[in-house]
Amino acid sequence: MDLQRTPLFAAHRQLRARMAPFGGWEMPIEYSGILAEHMAVRRQAGLFDVSHMGEITVHGPKALDLVQHVCCNDAARLKIGQAQYSGLMTESGTFVDDLLVHKVTDTEYLLVVNAGNQSADFEHIQQHNPMRAEVHNAGPEFAQLALQGPRALEILKPLTPFPAATIPYYWFTRDSVLGIPAWIARTGYTGEDGFEIYCAPSDAETLWFGLLEKGRAAGLIPCGLGARNTLRLEAAMPLYGHEIDLHTIPREARLGWICKLSKGDFLGSAVLKQAQAQPLKRLLYGLRMLEPGIARDGYPVLHNGQAIGQVTSGAPAPALGANIALAWLPPEFKSGQEVEVQVRQRSLRAGIVELPFYRRAHAA
Amino acid sequence: MEYPANYQFTKEHEWALVENGTARIGITDHAQHALGDIVFVELPAPGAELTAGQVLGTVESVKAVSDIFSPLPGKVTAVNSQLAQSPELVNQDPHGRGWLVQLELTPGASLPRLLNAAEYAAYVAEEN
Repeated sequence: MDLQRTPLFAAHRQLRARMAPFGGWEMPIEYSGILAEHMAVRRQAGLFDVSHMGEITVHGPKALDLVQHVCCNDAARLKIGQAQYSGLMTESGTFVDDLLVHKVTDTEYLLVVNAGNQSADFEHIQQHNPMRAEVHNAGPEFAQLALQGPRALEILKPLTPFPAATIPYYWFTRDSVLGIPAWIARTGYTGEDGFEIYCAPSDAETLWFGLLEKGRAAGLIPCGLGARNTLRLEAAMPLYGHEIDLHTIPREARLGWICKLSKGDFLGSAVLKQAQAQPLKRLLYGLRMLEPGIARDGYPVLHNGQAIGQVTSGAPAPALGANIALAWLPPEFKSGQEVEVQVRQRSLRAGIVELPFYRRAHAA
Repeated sequence: MEYPANYQFTKEHEWALVENGTARIGITDHAQHALGDIVFVELPAPGAELTAGQVLGTVESVKAVSDIFSPLPGKVTAVNSQLAQSPELVNQDPHGRGWLVQLELTPGASLPRLLNAAEYAAYVAEEN
């Protein structure tokens, strides 16, 4: 299958980004280097092209009913202009995807889903729509830029008539940036303060280069998916296909907080209610390597020489100066205990640590 | 990119500098650039015997693990111990301070024909 390209493909070429396939898209992995980009987001700011993300809109009087039926979080709690992290569920209570649900009006919701899952998500939602809400694949109508980092607000503030500082974390507004009509959401996937800005694809390049220019003095640089991955891993945010998939229930991935069994029936809720009474088979843990070496996705985790689990994501954590990993382990393990990770021929000691690995000093 | 005229190269993007029966081995500027930020280097113990084409170690970037193959047969007489603390030397100076290991070439062993600098530069240009 041919790789899709975002409206910023030419811009990435111009900036000499290293490109690679991700979720069916040809995406920038890095510009100046993953470590430098990672640290720019932790200390100043970074700008990401995340236009590969999928958008699905749900419209009409039954819009809320459909969102409530297919997602595990309680969208009825959302006010207009508010966003919520949620899961798109199978009948077995596992993840078709994770997503952000935005309440646009009382009869319109915008779902932002993973690039590689968007057609599966769209089909899944249509197949579980007995209430006949209107579902629309709006991916081609949106470009998305993520402006992330402690200086993101300072960069954005003068570029929009809307008082950006007044947008609370996980709220959004429809206004403009650099004169370009845009949705401004105070959301992100880096563990820092920041904004995800949605605009028309035809405006993406103007917005991209405009933001880079206006933010340069504050240290803003373009960042690729390489840094996006190490940033989200430090913040212990799940990545579909790694920590969550069609075989994962929310609680084992420590996502019980997005699973509102009290809201009424939804896809998978019966199975999840039953599972609630059962002990977990596995639980997601944070590991910090105690010996030189990097745990990579899929590496076995051992305890006293016995295989007990598997790494779901592992990488260097540039802001921590350590190598970290997320891993499935039996749920009886506790922080502070030691395990070993089988790194090719060597078995390396790792400590179980509290999640997230990294937490920013002041939340927005 | 400049490739030193007295170095030899492999299509797997290693280099060898052969002098008086010893060879210093590293990865090329092209290789370090393709890998991105190098964060960990795993090298053999001194004394290890390597055949040409055998894995001599691994170089890890933020995203990936790459095996490094020995361009020549020989016994490891030294490894670049600075890389344990400063793996970024491989990025900063791949043909110099970012060297990986030194081999004492196996006496009498037939040596594979490696690429010279011009051939390697042409090979890389073609690969791109």
